[in-house]
Amino acid sequence: MVISMSSKTLYDKIWDAHLVTQREDGTALIYIDRHLIHEVTSPQAFEGLRLAGRAPWRADANFATPDHNIPTTKAERDAGIDGIKDPISKIQVTTLDDNCREFGILEMSMDDIRQGIVHVVGPEQGATLPGMTIVCGDSHTSTHGALGALAHGIGTSEVEHVLATQTLMAKKAKNMLVRVDGTLQRGVTAKDIVLAIIGEIGTAGGTGYTIEFGGDAIMALSVEGRMTVCNMAIEAGARAGLIAVDQATIDYIEGRPFAPKGEVWERAVEAWRDLHTDEGAVFDKTVTLDAATIEPQVTWGTSPEMVVSVNGFIPDPQQEQDESRRESITQSLSYMGLAGGTAIKDIQLDCIFIGSCTNSRIEDLREAAKVVAGQKVASTIELAMVVPGSGLVKQQAEAEGLDKVFIEAGLEWREPGCSMCLAMNADQLGDGKHCASTSNRNFEGRQGFGGRTHLVSPAMAAAAAIHGRFVDVRDL
Amino acid sequence: MKKFTQEAGVVLPLNRANVDTDFIIPKQFLKSIKRTGFGVNLFDEHRYLDKGEPDADNSGRPLNPDFVMNQPRYAGARVLLARDNFGCGSSREHAPWALDDYGFRAILAPSFADIFFNNCFKNGLLPIVLDKAVIDALFNEVEATPGYELSVDLAAQEVRKPNGETIAFEVDQFRKHCLLHGLDDIGLTLEDSAAISAFETTWREKSPWYFTLSN
Ligand code: SF4
Repeated sequence: MVISMSSKTLYDKIWDAHLVTQREDGTALIYIDRHLIHEVTSPQAFEGLRLAGRAPWRADANFATPDHNIPTTKAERDAGIDGIKDPISKIQVTTLDDNCREFGILEMSMDDIRQGIVHVVGPEQGATLPGMTIVCGDSHTSTHGALGALAHGIGTSEVEHVLATQTLMAKKAKNMLVRVDGTLQRGVTAKDIVLAIIGEIGTAGGTGYTIEFGGDAIMALSVEGRMTVCNMAIEAGARAGLIAVDQATIDYIEGRPFAPKGEVWERAVEAWRDLHTDEGAVFDKTVTLDAATIEPQVTWGTSPEMVVSVNGFIPDPQQEQDESRRESITQSLSYMGLAGGTAIKDIQLDCIFIGSCTNSRIEDLREAAKVVAGQKVASTIELAMVVPGSGLVKQQAEAEGLDKVFIEAGLEWREPGCSMCLAMNADQLGDGKHCASTSNRNFEGRQGFGGRTHLVSPAMAAAAAIHGRFVDVRDL
Repeated sequence: MKKFTQEAGVVLPLNRANVDTDFIIPKQFLKSIKRTGFGVNLFDEHRYLDKGEPDADNSGRPLNPDFVMNQPRYAGARVLLARDNFGCGSSREHAPWALDDYGFRAILAPSFADIFFNNCFKNGLLPIVLDKAVIDALFNEVEATPGYELSVDLAAQEVRKPNGETIAFEVDQFRKHCLLHGLDDIGLTLEDSAAISAFETTWREKSPWYFTLSN
């Protein structure tokens, strides 16, 4: 073959650079540069360390912040740790504080302005850097791939393994390229791209692969938009999503608190310039989408692959030939309380959630604010809330006056955390209620027992808040 | 880690694709800081008619008679028969903890989500990938035969049916070795400490910018 052995994908490059040992059966030991920690998946791992009498291999590779259980109303947050009313949640958060203190791990704790959703805080602080290997006991760790880092979720046993050894036992995944070419229509965003990709390849389409997102529509996205895309790689079945490093990546990182400075910065940037797939490198699978044909997306079912254009209709299970798919559609529609054949625009909404590690960064809030400015939330909407991804995002939004725009329109302006993305705190979607949500999972019960989630972009959620139902943001 | 050599037991057929980890163990139970006790809340939102709460007494809760697990013929099931993309969604290891705590030892499906698949091995739970046609046939047999049992032999890499027929399966040899002997991953990796340290020294010289996290 003419294809030179030196042609590598971006994934190959980062993998090879971190290979400590390779066994004959394909299992490898990979060095981990950054380990992100939150309160839910770490307590049992720290306990394991203690029981085995082990210390962290390199405490300064770890970075922690509580997010899942954190309350989001101002009154609760002002009360500090006592503001967490659920005693079990409170124990989890204090356990994280205690573990970080005991093991000497850097934590942006609840009362720190830098606290927030771990996947928002990492890049924001410059703790996420190109070319790193990053893991976290959280499947949306894929987010960090937007900066050209190899990042993926791990389980709690692996959290303990990384703490103790600074490595992960892993097998290399296959390479997939998802290329989105062309130009997006006005009003169509990164969220619509990734939902369209999942609609195309399915929630298991990326299983066993690391997905590199490329093409001019991807590279034209801001770094924050790229994070939205990589965030949902896991919803396409891939543990990791990746995007090449370009000038936008470097500009995004420069000057962030933990980013390198001075002469080290110059050297780092030079090394990062190589973080792209080489010409001639081979992917095991390639999928191509045309950006111009992507419309604003809305999910109608209980899996992110159950998605159509805002102008589309819910599929009729009767029309589905494949028996297991028919069964899935029927189960989903029964849970969602929707009938096949219904127009997406006819779904009555009760609740709006703008937040989560998918869409809670400053650009997401700006987009949503632009749509609601000077308007009022529909009277049929019971609860509309905006939850910034971190304390610093919140501060920035307030400096720009976005909080006032939301509040005047009738949306609640909350404190940072995961909130109703998974409803581990008090922010829960009511039984049977339909919610337009900028989060990433529409699973049964995800946002609250019996809650019905429709995944959309921030602009689409904002427009839905005003109209009480889905409207095409391109018409506004 | 718990050993897995040979296990046999009643098979529970869960006829549903894309069973996610929220389905396996809902988020409110993730507040626990322990590894055990999740079995009573396995499949909570489908198994019970009301909403479950962590640390609550589950004994008086109304069971959902329509959920397959509540049919007496599947009581004490040890083998779970599932559909495509089992264990998708969140990385929570609470999902295999709950399955294990309930008593499951092996899961048979046409495909699994990656993180869940990996997490199973860390907890002595064996996920087995079989062809869709084989899984379809097993669903038919299990549903037609009350008390249907399967036996899983990891050393031989075989699932044995009640009629003596066997189904061969693939398993990663390293993982098989660890499961058969109940080996602890961390202990194994630390045997390579010298290699890790050597890598780290070189890497730090080459890329010092990855080593500068401090407050
Ligand atoms: S915002 Fe949602 S998806 Fe993201 S880390 Fe929090 S709970 Fe997970």
